[in-house]
Amino acid sequence: MSPTRHRVLLLLAHPRLPASRINAALLDAARGIGDVTIHDLYHAYPDGFIDVAAEQQRLLAHDTVVLQFPIQWYAMPALLKHWFDEVLQSGWAYGRDGNALAGKGLFVAATSGGDPAGYGRHAAQFTLTELFRPIEASARYCGMRWLGHVAYGASERINARLPEFAADYASRIAALTRGDHHPEHDSR
Amino acid sequence: MLHDALIYLAAAVIAVPLFKRLGLGAVLGYLIAGVLIGPSVLRLIDDTETVLKFSEFGVVLLLFLVGLELNPRKLWQLRVPIFGMGSLQVFGTIGLVGGALWALGTPWPVALIVGIATSLSSTSLGLALMGERGLLPTAGGRSALSVLLFQDILVIPILLLVAWLAPPGAAHADGGGHGPFSPLAAAGLVVGMVVLARFAMRPLLRFIANTGLREIFVAFALLLVIGAALAAEGVGASAALGTFLAGVLLAESEYRHELNIVIEPFKGLLLGLFFIAVGMGVQLSLFVEQPLLVVGGTVALVAAKLLVLFAAARAFRLCGQDGVVFSVVLSQVGEFAFVVLAAARANGSLPADVAGPMNAIVAASILSTPLLFLVVSRFVMPRMNRAEAREADAIDERNEVIVAGVGRFGQVVSRLLIGRGYGVTLIDHDPEQIELMRRFGFRAYYGDAARRDVLESAGIEEASLLVLAFDDPERVLETAQLVRERFPHVRLLARARGRTEAFELAEHGIPFERETFRAAAAVGEQALVALGEHPHDAHRAQQAFVRHDLQMLQEAAKARGDDQTLISLAERARADLAQLLKREGLADAEDDDGAGPTHRDWMR
Repeated sequence: MSPTRHRVLLLLAHPRLPASRINAALLDAARGIGDVTIHDLYHAYPDGFIDVAAEQQRLLAHDTVVLQFPIQWYAMPALLKHWFDEVLQSGWAYGRDGNALAGKGLFVAATSGGDPAGYGRHAAQFTLTELFRPIEASARYCGMRWLGHVAYGASERINARLPEFAADYASRIAALTRGDHHPEHDSR
Repeated sequence: MLHDALIYLAAAVIAVPLFKRLGLGAVLGYLIAGVLIGPSVLRLIDDTETVLKFSEFGVVLLLFLVGLELNPRKLWQLRVPIFGMGSLQVFGTIGLVGGALWALGTPWPVALIVGIATSLSSTSLGLALMGERGLLPTAGGRSALSVLLFQDILVIPILLLVAWLAPPGAAHADGGGHGPFSPLAAAGLVVGMVVLARFAMRPLLRFIANTGLREIFVAFALLLVIGAALAAEGVGASAALGTFLAGVLLAESEYRHELNIVIEPFKGLLLGLFFIAVGMGVQLSLFVEQPLLVVGGTVALVAAKLLVLFAAARAFRLCGQDGVVFSVVLSQVGEFAFVVLAAARANGSLPADVAGPMNAIVAASILSTPLLFLVVSRFVMPRMNRAEAREADAIDERNEVIVAGVGRFGQVVSRLLIGRGYGVTLIDHDPEQIELMRRFGFRAYYGDAARRDVLESAGIEEASLLVLAFDDPERVLETAQLVRERFPHVRLLARARGRTEAFELAEHGIPFERETFRAAAAVGEQALVALGEHPHDAHRAQQAFVRHDLQMLQEAAKARGDDQTLISLAERARADLAQLLKREGLADAEDDDGAGPTHRDWMR
């Protein structure tokens, strides 16, 4: 437990935030925590034209990155993938002299339309850990610390569970700012 | 002939640039040059009649060009001002001037003739004054044009009436070059012109343009105008009206601009000559012999005309500057009065002791208009912005959005918002625009949204957003500041005409969008594609350009007033942009076949 505070960058990628319940609740839970910067990608770039320099500056100013998004077709929303393609440039994030992100942590907070524990069974043959491999691989390739993921799922009793999700998410983010988060994969 | 031409050209070349330089306008320059070289002062030229007759053709050309700017659809839109304002102005003036003279003991036929003669304004002067200042497309300019067109239509009935007023037994004089008016022939001419313009003109113009001989095109254009003028006179209508109609009918042809360019210099020279001739006709001797009558009469007449014009403007809800432009521009007695007075004098219905001073008064009133216009545009109009003739509509809606200005800009904004289900209150200060919006099922209200009381009655207290879509940048900024101060809860979005206005809005921290910027950037993007770039590359370059430009604008607005910073900023912006566009363009694509680990990495 290091006494130094970790500055957390929460990158939110939800193409239709006003229509979401879980993501909105999670975001509200994270909003009050110190050392957390919330950056809503679809809000910042409605035209999909990412300001690469600004994004890189923002990354440099933080120690841990949280990617919060709804799972779409077993993957992250398009703008977040585009953000990877645009911002993590060769010579900056990887390749020759590309070590800007080395040592920073990367954590994924995903939401799913159904029960996240359902991944890996039935028709969805792969677990979330498997499906998030590309993110994990990218993080590792850039020298980042892979902090695993958490997933929250919508269900029949979603309204009743929202406070529980919010509290869980808040404690995880708070742990990230303290730097005492340990890699784990957890589906709620 | 060459000797006279030398004098005219020299007078024009000396007087006009001088008057323009002094801010007095070209028209006044021509008029004064005419007075100076005419029989009253230097006596360089004596025969004013011939010149006047010849140069009247300039007025005919002028109306052709005005017609070219108005296609039939636009002309049809003017039908209400033409007949409504036109008849109000003409009959109002006849009633006021004629009635006053009659009440003072003038016999009624004389009073009527003077009233009729003074009711008409000068088409050439009015259009030239407004053209000089770019006022023709404004509401005031359109209304003035409408009234002038109505007066042109009245030329024939007036001449018939003057002939009819002749005392029994007097010789019937011909009313100046016109044939007998025949309604049937006139209708035939209009139909013939429409058919000709529709079916024959286009192939003919194309055939002539394709010869590649410029002078033949010029000759054909002049032939067209002279033909229309003579045909109109042939059926007893005025030449100006005939060419105007020809212009309107050709307004939709693809050779409109060609025709305009070709006719324009002829019109300019002849119209200048015409004003010189009018100036030469001013008998300064009468000013000396009967100063009280001439000067007093002029003042009284112009005042009476202004009174009627203001009333007409008010009746047709022409407010503020538009009303003033409309009234002042039409406040003189036109040159057609000379024709009416001469005809009446010739057939004995007008005594010489009335005709003489009247001629001087008409000339003086023509001289007075450019001066009056100058005074008004310098001293009165700048303060007129807020003046209003029409009361603002009562607004009973309460919506979260107010869109001020529903022209081509505000319309798009409100259509999007309304389509999305938001309640939008639309305000505009152009009655025509409101009528148009209402016809398409939108509720729009009349009022000047730059005024606090109008904003209040539109429910600004309850609104959360005000879109400033006026086309007058000063009003946009003024209103934005007013709302900022009085209604700080309201969010603002402003339309900026261009960079200068955007700069000012940025300086005040008011969110804006330049009206042409994004469209121009989109054309730039298409240009890149046309040059062979990949559409996606072109789109990204465009996005980078737009973002950079907006950032620079904001920075420059912050550095306002500090020239040194602004200059270095501009230099940096140029360099940045070149760098940025290169990076966003094809330059780095050569080696880009994937991101992340590549085969090469594993080889190392």
